[in-house]
Amino acid sequence: MQIPYEVEERPDTGVYNAKLGIWLFLASEIMLFGGLFSAYIFLRLGAPEGSWPDHVLWDLPGLINTAILILSSVTVVLSYIYVKLNNFMMFRVCMIITLVCAGLFMGIKSFEYNGKFHHFGAFMKDTSKPQGYGEQITGHVIGENEDFFLVAADSRQPIDWLSARELKKQSPAHQKLASEHDAVHHGPVFNHPGIIPTGDKYKPKSLEHKIKVAIGKEKHKEHDVFKVMKDQIFRHSMFTPGYNAYFAIYFTMTGLHALHVIGGAVVLAYFCFIDHKRFFTNRKHFGNRIEVAGLFWHFVDLVWIFLFPILYLL
Amino acid sequence: MQEATATASHGDHSHDHHDHEPLSFWSKYVFSTDHKVIGIQYAITALLSLMGGFIMMMLMRWQLAYPGESIPFVGNLLENVTGGAQGGMVVNGVMQPQFYNALGAMHGTIMVFLGVVPLGFAAFGNYVMPLQIGAPDMAFPRLNMASFWTFLPGALIMFLSFLVPGGAAKSGWTSYSPLAATADQPQGPTIEFFSKFLSDEGALFMASIFNGQSLWLIAMVFLISSSLLGSVNVIVTTVQLRAKGMSWMRMPYFVWAILVTAFLLLLAFPPLEAAGIMQLMDRVAHTSFFMPAGLYVGGEVLNSYAGGGSPLLWQHLFWFLGHPEVYVMLLPAVGIVAEVIACNTRKPLWGYKSLVFGSIALGLLSFIVWAHHMYMTGMGAKVSAFFQTTTTIISIPSVIILTALLISLWGGSIRFNTPMLFAIAFLPMFGIGGLTGIPLAFSSIGSYLHDSYYVIGHFHYVVAPGVIFGLFAGVYHWYPKVTGRKMNEFLGKLHFWPTLICMNLIFAPMFIQGMAGMHRRWYDGGATYELSEPVLHWNIVMTWAAFIMFVAQIPFIWNFFTAWFNGQKVGTNPWNATTLDWQTPFPAPHGNFAGPVTVYRGPYEYSVPGADKDYTPQNEPDVIPEKETKEVKA
Repeated sequence: MQIPYEVEERPDTGVYNAKLGIWLFLASEIMLFGGLFSAYIFLRLGAPEGSWPDHVLWDLPGLINTAILILSSVTVVLSYIYVKLNNFMMFRVCMIITLVCAGLFMGIKSFEYNGKFHHFGAFMKDTSKPQGYGEQITGHVIGENEDFFLVAADSRQPIDWLSARELKKQSPAHQKLASEHDAVHHGPVFNHPGIIPTGDKYKPKSLEHKIKVAIGKEKHKEHDVFKVMKDQIFRHSMFTPGYNAYFAIYFTMTGLHALHVIGGAVVLAYFCFIDHKRFFTNRKHFGNRIEVAGLFWHFVDLVWIFLFPILYLL
Repeated sequence: MQEATATASHGDHSHDHHDHEPLSFWSKYVFSTDHKVIGIQYAITALLSLMGGFIMMMLMRWQLAYPGESIPFVGNLLENVTGGAQGGMVVNGVMQPQFYNALGAMHGTIMVFLGVVPLGFAAFGNYVMPLQIGAPDMAFPRLNMASFWTFLPGALIMFLSFLVPGGAAKSGWTSYSPLAATADQPQGPTIEFFSKFLSDEGALFMASIFNGQSLWLIAMVFLISSSLLGSVNVIVTTVQLRAKGMSWMRMPYFVWAILVTAFLLLLAFPPLEAAGIMQLMDRVAHTSFFMPAGLYVGGEVLNSYAGGGSPLLWQHLFWFLGHPEVYVMLLPAVGIVAEVIACNTRKPLWGYKSLVFGSIALGLLSFIVWAHHMYMTGMGAKVSAFFQTTTTIISIPSVIILTALLISLWGGSIRFNTPMLFAIAFLPMFGIGGLTGIPLAFSSIGSYLHDSYYVIGHFHYVVAPGVIFGLFAGVYHWYPKVTGRKMNEFLGKLHFWPTLICMNLIFAPMFIQGMAGMHRRWYDGGATYELSEPVLHWNIVMTWAAFIMFVAQIPFIWNFFTAWFNGQKVGTNPWNATTLDWQTPFPAPHGNFAGPVTVYRGPYEYSVPGADKDYTPQNEPDVIPEKETKEVKA
């Protein structure tokens, strides 16, 4: 039994089955990510004034990933064109570049995830606040006993990120003030009694820190070390999805997107290395398959084009 | 004539058939890519689920009528299955609040997502729709199979979640956060079990997955993914695989109904999948998508959540699916009713185009009415005003559809066989359900009737005697298509009349109780509330009506199985219908039609003046006399 219009276009609709199918599937995918994007908007608008952490993420890896995905979108179109031009060699080269891009993207993503999973944050108890907590300290845990964590605090704490950003939005005079603030600011100051300065300095060993220092993004080679008393902590965790609403939406959206990247790459790899015989037996059908998979790949790229600004830049 | 052409061209057909080898049992009946087999697989799963949901309802009704009395016959069995007295679900044969809540949540979920939608959309859509448009199969047969095999694990997870420690999900079929995120926390026995194989953290993680609420979410993700695959398949099939001459306005109304339904599933379900993923993250990774800051549970501020989330967000995402879901349940049933009415009145449907455009309008409008479920959430008067306007507007296409079907009966020489009885009963029952919904569209009345039994009565009138009657009509109507035998008429009537009476005895008193102020989730049926005293006796009427209705289903079950072997044998077109689904050879082979199909006319050419018989099948050419038809076809 042969299903009609599997390969050839139906004259009155102008498409073959799979092409209509993938467009419908993408429509549902838009609704899926749309649900998450509207959740992002809902959570961000609903967050109390000034509590939404912005510019938490280092934007350079995100920028590189954006470039990588756009490049891969170009090469996936080229590979489709080379199928149409009956050039198997170039088809395969372009497809392999696409797959390498997918691998690079996932590599950088996992580097970023790994950094988050080793980044510590604690909300300190404050009974005067309705939510039960007040000040927040973030950094790297370099030691721990049953009473306290030893934390090499980030040079800029969440509250500073906000204030500096707020200042930059203002007039040139305020912007000058903001850059002075950056220049004189030597590490964070805490008011909570549960956070005790030790006076020690600690030099972070992570690759991320080294790169940041090398490109001038991070001004402090060494970080101040604080004792964070455990009985004064309301809630603490690494920068995992549970840390706050921002990381929840960050990990959920990028995680779901990463699953799409993996899925798309598996399909493209299948066409490149296993199904490639069809190139010579039924090139029209093979071209259709590349076109359909390419449409999905563009969609994955497009989702990232939206994810990058809302998670890294805004 | 039919038989002759069928056998004649069947010979040709086997030539261009690609797979000559006979299929093994497994690939023919289990992992089949034939849309007809998959349709039957869906139908059987869905009918069993409806049965399961019905039994849960009877257990709940026992508790409501006789609170605190031990459940007859099955009390001890349930107690043992749910972990004995320390399981806390059933103690000494008496249902405990936790178990009642679990039954309530699972009755709703199972009836909607495992019963009605799979039967209407997946089973009938799969079996009948490709036949009616003259297609050899669905556009993506393997995707179709994948869709069923994604659905089945979801269904199994849903049912088996009763057996994990702590029992099945208890937060209502709507699964509102923050209740749903904090309920069913990791259970002691589960942690103990997993700590044999895993570290403490690993065991805790697994226990946060293996509990009622998390399994509910996981099952929902399976079911949603399955319906996405299915709806893509249905739309592509309808657009691409229509036979030659099957223009849009020649499609039977059922095909239109399934097409609109598929669009609703395609676009409304994914946001709930997103919401399901987020709620699962809330439960497993302790995010706070739906958890507000400063949440107090049991008198203490909850510090395992960061807070900053929005419970209202869940409700928006849930009802964005939840309301289109009503039309997902309704439209296939309306489609079936339209087919059955046209066939058994022996005249064309009245207002075919109004039906079609009414359904499309219904589909479009159903995306902008969802927040009428949320008047009580404090989302604001302006938002409420918008949604009550759209909700009253959506009643217009609904009334157009109902009116068209009602007028279709006018002047017909009606055959009162069992499918037709169910189809006719659908009209007033759905009418009652629809009209009682109009008051609920207004936020002022909604704030009084919200979450009362009135709401339960309203949507059960739409779904139970409405939609399910439509589905019963479909089962009786297409049974001869599947098996080649008719179901017994006497048993059919013995099924229909008691069911019709009991349905009304169950659901009509709910309006009375609801207007008296009874809340839908009271575990004791209102026995401890003074306000329900004047209407409390209705509980006993409803409960016994439910039990009698169960007895009334026995003729159906008996009929369903015995007719398969002993039913009256019939030809390929026992109802003398015009649509293409009755023009295939019997049994319809993989590939359906004996040869290429060409459509010459609209779907309902019954009793055409001057024709030699009272029906003219869609694939019968004009003017050419009978003799030549045979030659042309062969």
